[in-house]
Amino acid sequence: MADKILKKEKTAEALKELAKFRLFAPARSDDVVLFRQIEDPSEAFLEYGNSTVPPKKVVFPQTETLFRFRLGDPELKEKSVEEEGTTVIFGLRPCDARAMAIVDNLFGWDYDDPYYLKRRELTTLVGMGCVNPPSVNCFCTSVGGEPCGTENLDLLLTDLGEEYLVKALTDKGEKLAETIGSFLEDAPEGATARAEELAIAAREAVSRSIDTAGIQEKLPTLWESPLWKEVSAACLGCGICTYLCPTCHCFDIQDEVEDVEGRRCRMWDSCMFREYTLHASGHNPRPTRRERTRNRISHKYSYFPGKFGVIACVGCGRCINLCPVNIDILEILGKVVEA
Amino acid sequence: MKNPYIPYLVNILDTWYEAPGDRCIKTFKVTFADPAVWDVWSHRPGQCAMVGIPGVGESMFCVSSSPTEKGYLRFSIMKTGKNTTALHELEAGDQFYVRGPYGNTFPLDEWKGKNIITIGGGIGQAPLRPVIQYIRDNRDDYGELTVIYGARTSADHCFKDEFEEMNACGDVCCHLSVDVEEENWPHFVGFVPQLLMEVEPKPDNAIAVTCGPPIMIKFVLQNLEKLGFQPEQVYTTLENRMKCGIGKCGRCNAGPLYVCKDGPVFSYAQLKEVPEAFA
Repeated sequence: MADKILKKEKTAEALKELAKFRLFAPARSDDVVLFRQIEDPSEAFLEYGNSTVPPKKVVFPQTETLFRFRLGDPELKEKSVEEEGTTVIFGLRPCDARAMAIVDNLFGWDYDDPYYLKRRELTTLVGMGCVNPPSVNCFCTSVGGEPCGTENLDLLLTDLGEEYLVKALTDKGEKLAETIGSFLEDAPEGATARAEELAIAAREAVSRSIDTAGIQEKLPTLWESPLWKEVSAACLGCGICTYLCPTCHCFDIQDEVEDVEGRRCRMWDSCMFREYTLHASGHNPRPTRRERTRNRISHKYSYFPGKFGVIACVGCGRCINLCPVNIDILEILGKVVEA
Repeated sequence: MKNPYIPYLVNILDTWYEAPGDRCIKTFKVTFADPAVWDVWSHRPGQCAMVGIPGVGESMFCVSSSPTEKGYLRFSIMKTGKNTTALHELEAGDQFYVRGPYGNTFPLDEWKGKNIITIGGGIGQAPLRPVIQYIRDNRDDYGELTVIYGARTSADHCFKDEFEEMNACGDVCCHLSVDVEEENWPHFVGFVPQLLMEVEPKPDNAIAVTCGPPIMIKFVLQNLEKLGFQPEQVYTTLENRMKCGIGKCGRCNAGPLYVCKDGPVFSYAQLKEVPEAFA
């Protein structure tokens, strides 16, 4: 498909058309921006920097049912993801789309995770390039990303001021573009080149960086380094760095019962919590925040790349922006490099 | 493809207590409610399974029976937390759920022709039992089989009848111990690592497999080294908290190794390089 243009005044109509699917778009909720299912286009907030909460919950809900049961009845009723139907995430940032590609490795590794993989199959990703890197703490270019990168997106929108350039990247993307075809126009000459210029400028505008070369191999050698105590000293163990991380995928499994109706569900968990590794005996192999921080960084920058060949961090900067005690992953990595 | 999170229903055929006390150990002998599951279920010694009750939860246990024992699975479970307490309430005729088998296995094919020494303590004998049973059921494939096992008291010994039978049968060298002296105890008194030095197995053409409390494993590994065993000749199993059992939920890693997928069986050569392995 040749590149198209979506005029901003047509965006609401296009979103209305897309709302016949399960449509998620950035929306304001008090002081935060998050991805919410929207039916009315006026709820969408597209002039955002980056969402406070990543859209990972669309494919990996914060809590989801695995199966239902009735006490006393041996039958287990598997939750069907299929019936959730076609889903569109509109306006996600390229880093968050890349994060899903990274997490795909995990959920598709060895045992297929049927819930996650089915949702991914049902979901079309419409990205919004970061022509202005949204945060001073963005560092996507250090970890393999681009502010206007296309990896894992089906469609990429680039804000050209009065209109968006619409680039279809996959068959899924083309199909979705056809759905809103009546609101699109052929891109005028120079629009694609303009978007490419903006992408280059955006790349230059990413201000923070880290040289990740060698970190994967170096981390295991720093096991007993005093740096882990230093960098975790202020940590409250709140887990926000993991909950708001688009690549963090750890989960707990718990049963809930009300009267005789029950469900087994899984919910986000965090390696920064004490209970995460606590044995039933009371023994805890990661007893303090020192060990938990060491594991969090080592998992993202050493274990995961060792297993899947890609760093489990997309440089979105959320863990830096939102940490209540200003723990900064780039500072930690800086100490790893220096050590 | 089967949803890996949906467990199989099992019928309890028999239960009995191995050891008494607050943290008593109960063995469950079970079979699948749907016999067709036996066509797809295939486990090897060392592998684990998620055992649970909907409404309570699930936990990972080693399968304590050998695949050579046909028609049933065994789990020997210590009463420790919420799920194990609920499981302990169950008796023959009751049901629970199992999914698996998970993880790697003891490399019993590689060990053919070798002398095997198992060194267990307390409930740590549960993953060693299928190794012993498998070797006894394929006796000609292996050399000498030496079983070293201890617990705090004789009452705390798991699989008591089986040790008695092994003592009598002559195809297994069986060495038992209790930590503290007790009346009429005819065997060794002391800790398992001491008993190991007493038995003094030769490292030539041998494999040592150990499982038990962390403190026991620590000294057993040291003593095996003193006896001349190379790290490649020594195996153990690790355990960590698990939720999924299939390498997704994150928590069971010891350094880069996921106990549920890369383990639970590891050679000491592997673990020596992993600083979190014995954390």
